[in-house]
Amino acid sequence: MTTSAFSNGQAAIRLHQVTRHYQMGATLVRAADNITLDIGAGEFVALLGSSGSGKSTLMNLMAGLDRPTSGAIFAHDRNLAEMSSEELAQHRTHTIGIVFQAFNLLPRMTLEENVELPLRLAEVDRGERMSRVREVVERVRLGARLTHRPTEMSGGEQQRAALARALVNRPTILLADEPTGNLDSATGDEIMNLLREINESLGMTIVMVTHEQPRAERYAHRLIHMGDGKVLSDGRSS
Amino acid sequence: MKRRDLGELAFRNLREAALRNSLTTLGIAVGVASLVAMLSLGVGLQNLANDRLSRSGLFDAIFVTPKSNNPTFGRPRNEIPEPTGPPKPLNQEARKEIETIPNVTEVYPEIRFPTEIHYDGNPFTTVVAGVSPSGKTDGSFDGMTGSFFSSPAANEAILQIDFARQLAPQQPYGLIGKSIVLRYAEREALPPDPGDKDSGSAGFSIVPKEQSLRIVGVIETDPAGGLGAFGRGRLFIPLQVAETLRAAQTNDLRDLLRDSPNQKNYESLTVRVSGASKVKDAEDTIKKMGFTTYSLLDATNGLRLVFAVFDLFLGIFGSLALVVASLGIVNTLVMAILERRREIGILKALGAADRDVRRLFFVEAGAMGLLGGICGVAIGWLIGHAINLGTNIYLARRDLPAISVTAVPWWMVAAAIAFSIFVSLAAGMYPASRAARLDPVQALRYE
Repeated sequence: MTTSAFSNGQAAIRLHQVTRHYQMGATLVRAADNITLDIGAGEFVALLGSSGSGKSTLMNLMAGLDRPTSGAIFAHDRNLAEMSSEELAQHRTHTIGIVFQAFNLLPRMTLEENVELPLRLAEVDRGERMSRVREVVERVRLGARLTHRPTEMSGGEQQRAALARALVNRPTILLADEPTGNLDSATGDEIMNLLREINESLGMTIVMVTHEQPRAERYAHRLIHMGDGKVLSDGRSS
Repeated sequence: MKRRDLGELAFRNLREAALRNSLTTLGIAVGVASLVAMLSLGVGLQNLANDRLSRSGLFDAIFVTPKSNNPTFGRPRNEIPEPTGPPKPLNQEARKEIETIPNVTEVYPEIRFPTEIHYDGNPFTTVVAGVSPSGKTDGSFDGMTGSFFSSPAANEAILQIDFARQLAPQQPYGLIGKSIVLRYAEREALPPDPGDKDSGSAGFSIVPKEQSLRIVGVIETDPAGGLGAFGRGRLFIPLQVAETLRAAQTNDLRDLLRDSPNQKNYESLTVRVSGASKVKDAEDTIKKMGFTTYSLLDATNGLRLVFAVFDLFLGIFGSLALVVASLGIVNTLVMAILERRREIGILKALGAADRDVRRLFFVEAGAMGLLGGICGVAIGWLIGHAINLGTNIYLARRDLPAISVTAVPWWMVAAAIAFSIFVSLAAGMYPASRAARLDPVQALRYE
């Protein structure tokens, strides 16, 4: 596999013969089965497939939330499979931003505090935090909702808040797991437009897990179809 | 994560489940309070006993006798050394020498003699005892009606209640301020006999004398004057006055047999030192001077051992409540892991290391321990005061002086809070490590 024309030529993520097997009772589940692929820096890639096809497993492996049973995963030429849990945490802090289908904002924190949380984990100086938070919140157009808690925001606003939280540490790779799955069509498009804007303006690599083929075709540069833990097809979006 | 951020997140988490965390903290506080109350009682009683015993003169006193007197003192006969020469006399010169020993605060003889008192025209027989100046502060005359001697040389007397009732059966306390006449036998030296060339002195004669005394106090109890002091007397006068009287005592007859019968020899001297810990050195020095000594130093050590064991058992019983409270911490934090499973997953997805999650739970446990410790010490201190109050109400109803049976010294405050934090951290160890080990993928799937 090679990186697409939208990439700057360097691979942001490289997977080499990656397998991830789970033992469920007597059954061996091959969630990822000998996958090799490169995702170029600056690419907007959509991982498509039905439920249980292995796309979320692949995303978790790229995020460093899970480890492969075998194979190697390189993020900017550093093999995640050989990293300690401490190094993986650093990888998630500085290299990766993650957006979830269920938003996963902490309900007792305000928008500002939710977005500030990764900066605390990255030990960014207190003085710098506020400007970083405001900058990223303005980018997702939530400047007026800083003191609001997640329960006081709509689904679209919550996902934009989650996006702001994912971007605040200025990662190079954004992983989005069904980011529009809990949103209506219009709000989903709003989020997708934001993702495209981030990809184009910041040159950020985006890997999005989705089962919505039309939307993926509209926004992503590259579509990777998965099934039974394998890459079924990999091609440029029409 | 930086410490300040860790602290802020931990306190935010504690605030979120305020009721449960408050109840857990209260559990710790009750445990610490129980520990502090128990230990404060132990330490208070120990202080009280130490204070009373040291003031009684039993533990900071050395009883000194000439070598020939009471040589065994309970020792087996084969351990008693053979006399190497005539015993050194325990006289005025020896007394002054002993007074120069470091840490010796007072040296006084035991002066007790039978006498006749005249009051209201009637004679009464009794025993007079001299009281050293330390009698004013050593607690021997606590609870006395009236006052202590106005000065060491005052011609004043304190009566024991039994004797006061003999003098005035209806109103023994009404004797305070009245005068009595003391009739006693004075020892008066005789000039040397010019016809007897072998003897340097002719001895002494006994002359009846009288001394007027003003009664300043009546004491109900039998004052314990420590080793060889003024106990068993019924009429007490200042020691300096008693010495000035030169009243004949039982051992005076023995002086007649000595080479210098006119030189006053003491039957015994009581040496008071500045503290129980100074007894051994002073005792060794006096022994080297050629006298026999006796102190209750070993008994003091035994007493300390008894209180150490007493404190240990009180501490163990007090700690039991804290151990039970620590189970509350384990329960609270394990519940918190279940409730915050998804949150832990989110934190890890955002970049929190296992170490950060572990420390977060540790800080929460430690904070509960700190707060519980502080509240517990305060509650324990209040319990101690309540015990004191109750005890003193009880004592006041029996006309006894107020005492303090509990004590919360600063080291106990620090130790109780430190112990509370330690127990809380130990209790938080398992939940914290369980939270840190949580698989983020599984945690994020948790609803």
